[in-house]
Amino acid sequence: MPDNTWTPARLLRLAGTALVMASALAATGCSNLGVKPWERDLLADPDMQLTVSGVDAGLDDHIYFSKEATSGGRGFGGGGCGCN
Amino acid sequence: MQLNNTGKPVGRALAAATCALLGVQATNTQAKGNPGEWDVETALLVYAESDSRVNAIEPVISATRNFDGERQLNLKLVADTLTGASPSGATPSDLPQTFTSPSGSGSYSIAPGEAPLDDTFKDTRVALSAAWSAPINRDYAYSVGGYASREYDYFSTALNGSLSRYLNNKNTTLTGGLSLGMDLIDPVGGAPVGLSRMPLRDGKTEAEFDQEFTATRESDDSKALVDALFGVTQVINRQTLMQFNYAVSYSSGYLTDPYKLLSVIDDASGANYGGNLIGADGNPVYLYENRPDSRLKHALYWQTKYMLTNGDVVDGSYRFMIDDWGISSHTVDLKYRWRLANSYLEPHFRYYMQSEADFYKRYLTATEYNNGAPALTEASADYRLGELTGLTLGAKWGYRFDEDRELAIRAEYMIQSNDGDEGFGQLTNHDLYPDTDAMWVQLSYSF
Repeated sequence: MPDNTWTPARLLRLAGTALVMASALAATGCSNLGVKPWERDLLADPDMQLTVSGVDAGLDDHIYFSKEATSGGRGFGGGGCGCN
Repeated sequence: MQLNNTGKPVGRALAAATCALLGVQATNTQAKGNPGEWDVETALLVYAESDSRVNAIEPVISATRNFDGERQLNLKLVADTLTGASPSGATPSDLPQTFTSPSGSGSYSIAPGEAPLDDTFKDTRVALSAAWSAPINRDYAYSVGGYASREYDYFSTALNGSLSRYLNNKNTTLTGGLSLGMDLIDPVGGAPVGLSRMPLRDGKTEAEFDQEFTATRESDDSKALVDALFGVTQVINRQTLMQFNYAVSYSSGYLTDPYKLLSVIDDASGANYGGNLIGADGNPVYLYENRPDSRLKHALYWQTKYMLTNGDVVDGSYRFMIDDWGISSHTVDLKYRWRLANSYLEPHFRYYMQSEADFYKRYLTATEYNNGAPALTEASADYRLGELTGLTLGAKWGYRFDEDRELAIRAEYMIQSNDGDEGFGQLTNHDLYPDTDAMWVQLSYSF
């Protein structure tokens, strides 16, 4: 009976908890992580951006959106396209 | 190490991460990014599936205008032309099968043993998006964007916005985003009534057929989408950047695919056991699919970028998705950018697996069909809602003429495999879950 275990309300509560935990982690625990301003040389390299090519990512997202039941995560899942 | 871009603030990398949170992907060509200049990325994608299935040609142009103070405007235009055939959802049969085309004006036939493909599939899509991102002050930045796409039977629009907060000397970025979308669906021939029987011409006058066809149609339809996204981007150390997102997506309205079918299979014993159920009009029984009218999805996404001491970059991500249709999925994506003097080579690996939707049915039995009064309210044989695994292998090679100009070619090969109920009787003679092979090649030039 998978439907009963994963009701939308329960999923939302879980998601809310995860979000609060992530925010708390970001605001406190992560303060020990990171670099000084003069140590940002490597991170500023264009190849270190999370999305190096928006065009590649957009094209792939559209292909997988059309061929799988999952979309979004990195960005919004979006709608559009009745493509098969 | 090729550190030819020293001195760029990490804030830009984080702002780029913020942009990446938007469904409208900004190009983020920060390496160029000089105020007063346009950075342009162009690409042509050619996509092909095996067995004469879908083919697509997709040109893209994306232009980013950089203003002072890290303000950016991105405009993107995508066009695509699709041709080929798409699996209709009906099962293969020992006998030839004839289906009515979506418009109702014609029909198409499938040879014995062949997978039923709807070859009337053809479409052209044009999509335009715009995104603006700018800092508010030292600690906050925002993005707003819009999206519209138009195809023959579909019109989609969305507006989105996000707000980011920098913490810990910009080592941490918290981002919240919201997207509101509205899609209008106007299927060829009108949207079929869910789980109604596909009218077939055989043995009928044109007037009888028209009457039957009209009775299975309802008006055009729409769906609304709300997406919310919360993300944390964290600089771990000098070589490592990490992102963690939670996305929730709610869609409601017409979520059915108007062109997908279900075969009804005879489960009474006898010569036709496991074959198509024959209706009172002497024709096989095929139903139009029907999906729930809402869907709530949750996705967790984690991505890490790591630069090795030799300057190569590893990009790994994992996504978990679960929804109230009973589908859950896992996606792993890995890229390794091997950097040479003026060029790079980037192998790519992606693995995807999903479980089937609660209402996924490879076929319906005559018992479930119940002489036209099915007990179920939703059913779909769309393989994309079934148990599915996908493996993609690819590589990209790029050459950088200078800081501004880059030429790249990328090729990806994907194989999708389905699994599920193998049927009974005559159905077991057929491959109900053929693999889907797809390949795409993309040529890009940015300047």
